[in-house]
Amino acid sequence: MMTVHLKQYRLFLVVLTINLALMLWQPALAGHSVTNSLKFLTEVLLVLPPVMVVMGLLDAWVPRALVEAHLGPGTGLRGAFFAILLGTAAAGPIYAAFPIALSLKNKGAQLGNIVIFLGTWASIKIPMIIMESSFMGLRFALLRLAFTVPCVLACGYLMEKIMPGEVMPENGGSGLTEETV
Amino acid sequence: MLAFIFWTVTTVAVLASWWRDPGRTKKALQTSGRSLKALVPNVLGMIALVGLVLALVPQEVLTRLFTFKGVGGFALVSLVGAVVTMPAPIAFPLAGSLLGVGAAPAALAAFITTLTMVGIVSAPIEASYFGVRFTLLRQSASFVAAILIGLFMGVFL
Repeated sequence: MMTVHLKQYRLFLVVLTINLALMLWQPALAGHSVTNSLKFLTEVLLVLPPVMVVMGLLDAWVPRALVEAHLGPGTGLRGAFFAILLGTAAAGPIYAAFPIALSLKNKGAQLGNIVIFLGTWASIKIPMIIMESSFMGLRFALLRLAFTVPCVLACGYLMEKIMPGEVMPENGGSGLTEETV
Repeated sequence: MLAFIFWTVTTVAVLASWWRDPGRTKKALQTSGRSLKALVPNVLGMIALVGLVLALVPQEVLTRLFTFKGVGGFALVSLVGAVVTMPAPIAFPLAGSLLGVGAAPAALAAFITTLTMVGIVSAPIEASYFGVRFTLLRQSASFVAAILIGLFMGVFL
């Protein structure tokens, strides 16, 4: 239990050690580093909790079964729309989406829709637009959204064309969900 | 100010959800708490790392890296972003601080895209779920998309 915790904080502990070493050797640099991080931390703390709450609400109120039923072959644009809807209503990095995407695939979702789901999950969560615009400006966030949606759709379409009906590895996943930064 | 509006809207949304269905809302908040808790180690580590990198790397170097023009410039920035995968809530503050040292917004759009969608480090995990071919194709397509997004953003920003 304890080791799992420490392992999760590996990166933080490594950087902390470097900062401590710097403090002896180059105190000004260490100070700069810590000030940067603290400024960052307050910015993140101001925005992250409400983003997560909104995502939790979306996750609870968007009926997943209904969405999953609309991802199969021949659903076309409607399928793509639902893939985006499903990808946008969740929290976590892209590797947290892999097991979900695999289960969708096993339930008969089209490959293109899986790719769209993954792309959306990674980069275009609607609640995140608030966070993005607080760091990058609203104009930036909306423009990026406007360009990313067609690109993600194109990726899905392309993958569908390149590997139609591809066989996925059996027993995929081997439990590698929590790891990696 | 924006944060204040967002907290208010979120509070209203929670109250509305509670009024409709307290049980479901409780479950939703538990999901939120769990996601937030799962993010904490990564967020802390990344925040510390970014603070350190910004202190160590001279500002001119960062500014130059993120102001290269053309396809080559976007490809370079996208490549930097493609090494690790970050969840969006970490990618945005990072991009924001790079914006603060003079990075070009269009380059940051490409950077955010590969940061969240492409990850050489997490590629083995993806391959274990979907196979090597799928992983290579999806990550390459996303990489090209990042460059395109950067180019398009450059027209408008």
